Order: sequence, then structure tokens, then C-alpha cells
Amino acid sequence: MIKATLRRIAPQLAILALALALNFIVFPDFFSIRMQNGRLYGNLVDVLNRGAPTALLAIGMTLVIATRGIDLSVGAVMAIAGAVAALAVTSGHHWTAALGAGLLAGAVCGLWNGFLVAVLGIQPIVATLVLMVAGRGVAQLLTEGAILTFNDPGLSGLGSGAILALPTPVWIWVGVALAAGLLVRRTALGMLIEAVGVNERSARLAGVDSRALLIAVYLVAGLCAALAGVIVAGDIKGADANNAGLWMELDAILAVVIGGNSLLGGRFSIAASLLGALIIQSVNSAILLSGMPVEFNLVIKALLIIAILVIQSPKVKRAVYLLRASTGQPARETRPPAPRRPAEEGRT
Amino acid sequence: MEQMAEPVLQATGVSKYFPGAIALDEVDLRLYPGEVHALLGENGAGKSTLIKCLTGAYARDGGAILLEGVEIDPRDPLDSQRLGIGTVYQEVNLLPNLTVAENLFLGRQPTRFGFVDHRRMKRDSARILAEYGLEIDPGRLLSSFSIAVQQIVAIARAVEMSGKVLILDEPTASLDREEVELMFSVVRRLTARGLAVVFITHFLDQVFALCDRATILRNGRVVGSRLLREAGQTEIVTLMLGRQLEAATRTPHEAEPGEVLLSFAGFGRRGAIEPFDMTIRSGEVVGLAGLLGSGRSETCAAIFGAAPADRGEARLRGLPVRLGDPREAVGHGLAFCPEDRKIDGIVGDLSVRENIVLALQARQGWAKPISRARAQEIAEGYVKALDIRLAHLDMPIRLLSGGNQQKALLARWLATEPALLILDEPTRGIDVGAHAEILNLIERLRARGMALLVASSEMEELVACAGRVIVLRDRRQVEELTGADISPDAIVRAIAGEEEAA
Amino acid sequence: MRHSPRLPLYVTLATFLLALIACVAQFPAMLSWRVAANLLTDNAFLGIVAVGMTFVILSGGIDLSVGSVIAFTSVFLAVLIRDAGIHPLAAFALALGVSTLFGAAMGAIIHHLEMPPFIVTLAGMFLMRGMAYVLSTDSVPVTHEFYGWLQSLYWRAPDGGRFRLIGFLMILTFLLAMLALHRTRFGQNVYALGGSAQTAQLMGVPLARTTIGIYAVSGGLAGFAGIVYSLYTSAGYSLATVGVELDAIAAVVIGGTLLSGGAGFVLGTFFGVLIMGLIQTYIVFDGQLSSWWTKIVIGGLLFAFILLQKVLGWATTARIRPATASAARS
Repeated sequence: MIKATLRRIAPQLAILALALALNFIVFPDFFSIRMQNGRLYGNLVDVLNRGAPTALLAIGMTLVIATRGIDLSVGAVMAIAGAVAALAVTSGHHWTAALGAGLLAGAVCGLWNGFLVAVLGIQPIVATLVLMVAGRGVAQLLTEGAILTFNDPGLSGLGSGAILALPTPVWIWVGVALAAGLLVRRTALGMLIEAVGVNERSARLAGVDSRALLIAVYLVAGLCAALAGVIVAGDIKGADANNAGLWMELDAILAVVIGGNSLLGGRFSIAASLLGALIIQSVNSAILLSGMPVEFNLVIKALLIIAILVIQSPKVKRAVYLLRASTGQPARETRPPAPRRPAEEGRT
Repeated sequence: MEQMAEPVLQATGVSKYFPGAIALDEVDLRLYPGEVHALLGENGAGKSTLIKCLTGAYARDGGAILLEGVEIDPRDPLDSQRLGIGTVYQEVNLLPNLTVAENLFLGRQPTRFGFVDHRRMKRDSARILAEYGLEIDPGRLLSSFSIAVQQIVAIARAVEMSGKVLILDEPTASLDREEVELMFSVVRRLTARGLAVVFITHFLDQVFALCDRATILRNGRVVGSRLLREAGQTEIVTLMLGRQLEAATRTPHEAEPGEVLLSFAGFGRRGAIEPFDMTIRSGEVVGLAGLLGSGRSETCAAIFGAAPADRGEARLRGLPVRLGDPREAVGHGLAFCPEDRKIDGIVGDLSVRENIVLALQARQGWAKPISRARAQEIAEGYVKALDIRLAHLDMPIRLLSGGNQQKALLARWLATEPALLILDEPTRGIDVGAHAEILNLIERLRARGMALLVASSEMEELVACAGRVIVLRDRRQVEELTGADISPDAIVRAIAGEEEAA
Repeated sequence: MRHSPRLPLYVTLATFLLALIACVAQFPAMLSWRVAANLLTDNAFLGIVAVGMTFVILSGGIDLSVGSVIAFTSVFLAVLIRDAGIHPLAAFALALGVSTLFGAAMGAIIHHLEMPPFIVTLAGMFLMRGMAYVLSTDSVPVTHEFYGWLQSLYWRAPDGGRFRLIGFLMILTFLLAMLALHRTRFGQNVYALGGSAQTAQLMGVPLARTTIGIYAVSGGLAGFAGIVYSLYTSAGYSLATVGVELDAIAAVVIGGTLLSGGAGFVLGTFFGVLIMGLIQTYIVFDGQLSSWWTKIVIGGLLFAFILLQKVLGWATTARIRPATASAARS
């Protein structure tokens, strides 16, 4: 089983190694880590730390995408959760209560998305667009447009503190990833989610409660986004409704796609998505360390997506398959995905 | 009329092979101007494959097609349309979001100074539709009209674009009686103009009401061509269902069935199956016979809650029970192998093992996972018991052959140890060996006390395994045959709707 | 009841009128030439880009790159005029060419590689934003007499409100788009594609040409919006117009176009843009309310229209097909 997982994430590991090597080339001190005041410092630690929000979002997004869905609202949910937590803590509540309030807000957002998708049968991209647009407004309403700063060491510790020498966000995302991984792989959830993503009709006819599963994955996505939002708020000791989580949904989707998870749903790997998140962060870091203008960051990212998408595109896969077949190499199981349902039959 | 000089369309020796199957085996078809020619056969007989070869949707693997004596080789349906062969499908192949006029003229709109001339388009549309007896406003959306009108618009477009041969592929499947009449009058008008029409339908009454001649396909071969005014319904049904009267092996069980498991009263679903009463006992196999569209599959889907009933009641072991969706049905010990394995059965990208334990897992709930070892054990057990051929249990189920997929689906349901197993066309698309194995399995399960409901278009199958056969026609249960009365003959007679006396 | 395809459009019009009445009831001063002129001027670039989005959404696609294309174009123009000393007119032509080609390339990828428009245009969004950064991260002012001349063109209303050139350019764009969508074969093909690409192909619609054309139109109009934006602000700034794609999508949907394609009108988009502008104007007039209410109200309207379309869709399917399991299958 571990072997199968390793084989699955091998390409992502290779790309990550490449990205890290690139960091090393442009900045030979990249791998040096030093201990200071009982805390580890270094570029590698930074990658793990700065990658936390994307990694958290990628966990929820992986599950949503596995069901053939997508959640555009996670960036806005981050802003809402950060605002709620900041609001709670500034009005005198304990930071754990603030964290709870933030998570609750995320859960409500996730349930709303799940309701639109699973019960009303609205296409996921359309359904989550509503909260993507309105959510940031709600967050701004909560913070009244300003950056709502706080001075609570507990809450800011979530974003900028350290436990056992490692930054707290690293612990959080690794912990959530392990919990999510155990939850989907040690129970039957993962298999059922994949079944719904591959063929919802068949799954439903086999007695799978696809509606509840759909709601659940959007709920998880909402919770992950809320946690990411609280971390970001903690990091800057304030809730910035305008910028918190801005465009983060795109990074999260990108992480999932780089993780080799198909946007058409089905088989998924959270580990691979997390590697995807780290790859994105490493590339960011390499661009930063190389002294290249930050401006190139987006262009490189875009070219990266395009390259990965082209490799993933059904047509290119088919061409590769034919090429392999014609050169006589065994094609094994890499058969082109059989065309699914004839038309893109939306969830109606 | 049948002695007209030249056939307008002549197909000779058309063959089509699919991996592991011969879909069409040297099929001949002659179509004369002014005739309505029925193409008959059960599902999988090769009707739609033949149509697709004629219209170029499939590249044929052999044979020639002559249109007005000239050999043609359409590349795709558009090409065949240009050559003169127009096709209208059951699912209206027009765009519901455009107006009637836009649908009629899409791709060839009249223009004025480079702009689409809507006024002329509407005027021309109204004129064309009037020829078909339709007085409607062509400026309205297509979707605002009934399916019948939409079908006639589709016919009008096909005829306007093509004009020699018109293929109607189950155009009446979702029409009511009056609408069918309207459609018929349109077809008669067209044949009067010399057009040749191919008509595909499952409704034999309609065949006899409209058509001049019929070609019957079975298993990819032409088994007969008849002038309909010289043929009887029984003869046609016999040809379609292929009664090789080799004293159909009727061996079943004379054992008494057990207690009543499920009973239905007034159970039905609007537009799918008329209300019916039925009982199913443990340890018996109930067969559902009838042509396609007679309500066979709809009965199965209603009982399992896949397309839930909207009237009547069901009782399980005497107690009222709700069968509102598959989950509830599975919870009550029902199981259902649907007809279309690819769309409704397998979860293609998941492994064979996961597919086998899927229903059991779904019933147990997500929190109680079936361990990998246990899943392996269950799957291996069924792979052995049902002789499923595969490389290993980790391979995606979509890579299995049809017969092995079906066995894996049976394994999925047997793993839940159901009280009632519903099988819709259990042997469709399966090779002969697997066919016999599945029939054997049905008998073994029955002997163990399971109740089975088997819907099938193959009478031999029903005769061989069912203790009771319910015959459906026009979405209605019309007859129930028991014990010794079950014979291919009796089933055919009931389907054809002849009196017992015949 | 059989609903007319124009029903959502009427709902949009009614929404606009209600909003207008509500605004005027509270602030009678809002009913003036000046406000009308500003509404047109301030929303000119959004209107133009929303026209392109209407084409895309009608065809069943989506284009997330438009906001970035506007920003890129504005920077591109500023840099060309300042550093290369090119005449603005030539720069306009170049910018239009680049953005149109860019859109066409995305269309080609979507069609030929069979990839979802959402992802392709997402990559396009990153790429164009990145290109804008690469050109310049600072705001680049445009100071050219030709700009000044263009900006000085306006029609002065009786109360002093100025209907500027860019407002007219937006209206012209809408008129041309109406002509193209409703009166050309290309326009009909756009609707056909949105109805069902498969059926459209069977009926002889050239899929490749139409898809590429649609995204080229959207890209080109985004470039045009960039030109208008550059005239509006006299500058090019790579961080500008972030999120305009969302505003454009919202305007199209509030304008009564079905987000899954096939039904809608350019005229609706026009009123969608005006509704959004009206909300902003109201907030300005109110002085107390904060600008984030705009997003919330727009989100709410978005939801209302999505729900409206869903309900209309249910009503249609329930009536036309007696949903038999077998009919759905074949």
C-alpha cells in the first residue's frame, strides 16, 4: 500500500526535488537551517510555513474535485473566518472560542455550498461563485473595511508562533492533512467519494448516499478554508478582509491539479495535492531568492499550469497512448480514459 | 407499390465489427421510393448500428451502399445529409433554446446584406411547416412546443436538407396516441411525395398501422423481410425474438416457493409504468417479458426506487414499506443489476475489488470500513464462485469484458445477501458461456431461498429460469403465465396481443 | 405555463426599474443627466468586457482572463506610448491585435485539447497579469495630446453632465454585439453551441471556428475595454481591474443570461451593468453605507438569478418530458 502511494506521488516528488534544487542553485544557502531562541529558521522552514494556507485549502479542494466539483469560494471563506475570529477575540473572547467561531463560520459557508450543489443541483462552479462574490463583502462588513487588528497572543500564535521549534502553521497543516488522510483512507469515505466522482449514477444505484457525501466534502472544504483564514489572520495579527485569501482558490486548484488529480473527479491523493502546494511555494521561493523580479512569478506559474494541463489533456494522453501502441511498447493500464457519459451531463 | 423499378437506397453486405463482437453480419436492405420500411429487432439486434453505418456515423467494415444506383460512402452524418439521407432520432436532435425557424434554417439562414433575414426565415418556415400540417408561430422557442411538434420540425429539417431518404429512429417513443397519429399523417404525406422512409420502433401496432414492409434483424443478421399486409403479428414477433423451437429447455424447479416477500398494489409511475399488482415470493424467479419500451425495465426501476413509484403501495413481508430511493431499497434487502452496465452499473475507474464491495460498504455506512483483507476475501470468493476472469483484483473494472463486468456486478449484490435480486437483461452483451453460467447461478440462488425478478427480452432465458412470467405490453401487465403454461409460444402470443385461442 | 425566453430579461428590466425607483425615491437628485452620464462613463470598460463575456457564457463557456487582459492592455499602451513613442492609434491597433490573438489561442486550446474553459482561461488570467507585471509594476501615466483630445470629446447635457466618448463607445459596442449575436450566422452558432455542442455539430455548426471566434471576440473586447480603461484613467497599472471578470460574469447573469449557456440577450447584460452601477451610485449618494455592500447585494442578485433560471429549467423539463428512466438513458 505504501509502495502504491509512493508510485502515485513519484512525479510530484520529482518535481518538488527539482524545484528545491532550483532554489539551491539560485541560493546555495537554501538548505541551511539554524536554531535561534529555540526555533528553527531557514528557507526550507519558510517554504513549509508559507505554504500552510495553500496546503490547507488543497486538502479540502482535493476532496471537492474528487467528486467532480470545484469550490471557488475558499478565498472568500478565508476572509470571513479570519474576520469572525478577529472580531471574537477583540470583543474579549478567549482565542479558542475565536478559533471555534471562525471554524463555525467556515462550516456554515461549506454547508451553504453543499446545499446549492447537492440539494438544488446547481453546477458547482456556478454555485460556489455566489459565495466567492458575496463572501468577501460579508467579510468586509464584519471588519468594516479596515484591517481589524488584535493583540491576542493565542490567536496570533496560530499564525506566527512555534511549537517544538517548528512554526505552528506547519504543525497545523501537517496535522490536518494526517487527520484528513486517516479519515478518508481508514474509513470508507475515500472510496465512496471516488465512486461518486467517477460515476454518480452507478454509485447512487449501489446505495451510496451521494447527496450527503457531496455536502460533506463542501463542508470539509469550508472548514479547511476557515482554518487557513485564521492562520493568515494570526500571522499578521489582524483580519484583512480585502486581501486575505485573495486568489487563493486558484492556488488551491492549481495545487490539486499539479498533484495529478483529475478535474473530472474520481481517484484522488491528498498527499499529491500537498506536494503540489509545496511545489507552488518552492517555485515562489526560487523566484524570490533568485533576485528575479517578483513580476515573473505569475508568468512562470501560468506557464507551469499550461504545461501540466497540456500533459493532462485527454487528447494528448490519447496521442501518447497511440504513439506507444504504434512503437510496440506495452501500454499496460495507461489506457486512455474511456469517454465518459456522452455529453457533459451537468448535475441536474 | 413494392414492384417499383429501382430501390432508392440499397445496402448490400454491410458488416461492422466491434472488438470481440460482430455487430452487423452482411446485412442487406432495399428501400423503395414511396414506401415506409420498418426496421425491427430487439435491443442489440443491430438496428442502430445499421443506421449509423448508413449515415456514416460509423465506418462500416464491409459492404456497399447505393443511393439511386450510385455508390456512396458518407464520412459522417452531415455528409450523408448532404447526399440525401436525413435522420431523426428519438431524442429530438434540435436545439431547444433556439426558435423553430432558427432550427429549421441553422447553417443555411437566408441573408440580406450579410445579415440573417429573420422575417424571410420565419415566412419560409411557416410555409414549410404548413406543408406538414403545422400552423404554429415559427418565431417561438422550440422548447415551447410538445415533443410531437418538435419531432415534426426535426422531420421537416431533415427533409428540407436531404429529401431522398428519411430515417426515423424511434420517433414515437415518447408520444401519446394523438401525437402518433399526427406524426403518421406527416409520414404519409412524405411518402406520397415519393420519399422513402425507414421507420424504427418497438411498437408493433404502429408498424402495422404505418409501414409497408419490414426487415427484421437479430444478432446482427437479417432474419427476414416481409410485406406487412401478408404477415401476422405473431410471425413478426417470432422473427424478432428468434424462437429456435428446440424444445426450449425448461427444467426449473417444481419446488413450492416460500412465503410472500414483497407485494405491490396499484404500484406505478406516471409516464413509465401503469399501476400494477404483483407479489414476489422467496425462492421463486419471476420473469418480466415484453418488447422494449413495454415497461420491463421501468418496473424494475420503480421497485428499486431508481425511478421511484409515485402511486400505489408496497409491502415487505406484510408490512408497508417505502421504496423512495435505492438506499432505502438496499436497506430493505433489495438488489438491482441494471440493464445498462456502463452507465448505471460499474464505477469504471475503481478496481474490481472496490466495485464488488461497493454496495455492502454503502449499506454498512462509511464509518465501518470493510478492511482491505476482508474486501480481498469477499472479492476473491466471488471471483472463484462466479468464475470472473481477470488479471488481478486491483485492475479498473472498465477493463473487464462485458460478461465479467456483469458477474462482478452480481458479486456486488450477492455480497449484500439480498432478499430480492432484480436483474434487468442479465445476459445482454454476454458471450454464450457466461450466459449459461448466469442462468445456472439464478437457479442456485433461487434454490437457496432468494427471490429473483428477471426482466429479459430473451424468451428462452425466461422459460429456462422463471417459475412465473408476467408479460407486459404498452407499459401494462397484460398476462401472467405460470408453471407449464410458460413457453416461448405463449409468451409471443401474449406479447403480440392475440387471444389464447390462436 | 410556457415561459417566454425573454422572461429573465423582463425580470432584469423590472429589477433595474425597481432599483431606479427606490434610488430616486430616496435621493431625488439621482434622476439627473449628470448621474446618467457618470453611470455610462464609469462603467464603460465593464460594459464592453461584459459584452465579450456574454458571447462566452452564451456558448456555455467562461472567460476568467478578461480582468488581466484589461490591465495588461492598459500597461501595454502606456509603455508603448511612453517608451516606444508610438502614436496611440497604432498602439490601439497593436493592443487589439494582441488581445484578440490571445483570446483566439485560448479558444484553440479549449477546442483542440478538449480542456475545460475554466482552467484554460485561469491560466490565461495568470499569464496576462504576469505579463502586465513584467512590463511594469508601477502605474505608468499616459500623457499624449491625442489622449487629451479623445478625453475632451463629450456631449454636454443640459444640467452639465458630460457624456464622454467612452460611454458612447460602450453603447456602440452593445449595438454591434446585438447585431452580431442576433443577426449573423456566427451569432446563431454561438447560441447553438450553448444549447448543445453535440447537437450543434450534427446540425452543421463548425465547432472549431465558432469556439475560437468566441474567445477571440472576448479577448478582443477585453483589449478594447483596456483601451477604454486607459482613456478613463490616463494610466496603465498592472494591479488594476483585479476581479473585473467576476463583475462581468455577475453583470451577464444579472442580465438574465443562463450561466450554463444557450439563452440570454446582450441587452440584458447592458441592464445588468447598469444595475451594478446603480448600486454603487446609491452607496455613494448614501455616504453612510460602505462599498462592501455592493458585493453582498451583487452576490444576492447573482443567487436570485441562478435560482430563477433553475426554477424555470425545472418547469420546462417537468413539462416537456415525463422523465422516464429509459428515455433519459439512450
